[in-house]
Amino acid sequence: MKDLKDFFDMGGYAVFVWSAYGLTFLVIGLNIYWARRLLARSREDAKKRLIMRGGEQ
Amino acid sequence: MDWTWFHRLASPPYIYGLARRLVPWFAWPSALLIVAASVWGLGIAPADYQQGDGFRIIYVHAPTAWLSLLVYVTMGVAAGVGLIWRMKVAHALAASAAPIGASFTLCALITGSIWGGPMWGTYWEWDPRITFELLQLFLYLGYMALRASIDDTQRADRTSAVLAVVGVVNVPIVHFSVIWWNSLHQAPSVMKLGQWAMPVSMYGPMFVMLGGFTLLFLALTLTRLQAEVLARERAASWIRDAVGTNLKAVNT
Repeated sequence: MKDLKDFFDMGGYAVFVWSAYGLTFLVIGLNIYWARRLLARSREDAKKRLIMRGGEQ
Repeated sequence: MDWTWFHRLASPPYIYGLARRLVPWFAWPSALLIVAASVWGLGIAPADYQQGDGFRIIYVHAPTAWLSLLVYVTMGVAAGVGLIWRMKVAHALAASAAPIGASFTLCALITGSIWGGPMWGTYWEWDPRITFELLQLFLYLGYMALRASIDDTQRADRTSAVLAVVGVVNVPIVHFSVIWWNSLHQAPSVMKLGQWAMPVSMYGPMFVMLGGFTLLFLALTLTRLQAEVLARERAASWIRDAVGTNLKAVNT
């Protein structure tokens, strides 16, 4: 248990180390979410355009 | 020389399909490398003799800073190719990369600031490295704002491409700033005078992380590129197969 406490304590730099890693993983997560949402939306838009064109024929 | 590969790369349906197939091949290895490097960097690598465990921030700071430059070079080259050969797909690639670059540049600035606090005694300094990295962020934001301000996609492509190409000048300035000027920022810490400046146990996680972040950038860009290509192709018939719409059900 002492080892685990030492690990989280980061030699007194806990606040700095964990906030830097936390922020970086947040940025990675947001990038994945944004990219997937963008693709899903543009696929939806493309479908709508096709359906509208199909309706005109 | 056979240029068919180049012409194929200019074809939207080919690029859409290629990007779609490639994304998982970059995404999963990227996740694996980033997780492995985090465990190695946080739990296994030895503490620095001067900075103690605080130095472990390097494993997220350096790769995000690396992406801030790599993404811009990718953008600049793609935009240049788009300008010279009037290749729509190249412009789409540049546009796809920009938000990724901007977010990682901001992340590099903030993680650097978090690291500077305890090590330099200041969170911000108008130091050459930091100032030019901030300019890098403004270049990304300027590129995105310029694109957003022009409705016509072709005009947006050509105008923003000029900014992307010119902005590449800032990349070597950021990279060499710690050598050219007497900087508060530490000099490159992986290689010094052609020698390894860190033991394997310390630079190992760094290289794994750099690889992981580079693959992540590729996966993210290719995902966004699919969206860009779809949005640009209004009338093309291949889109029907790409998004899998069953139009029969709608028409009858």
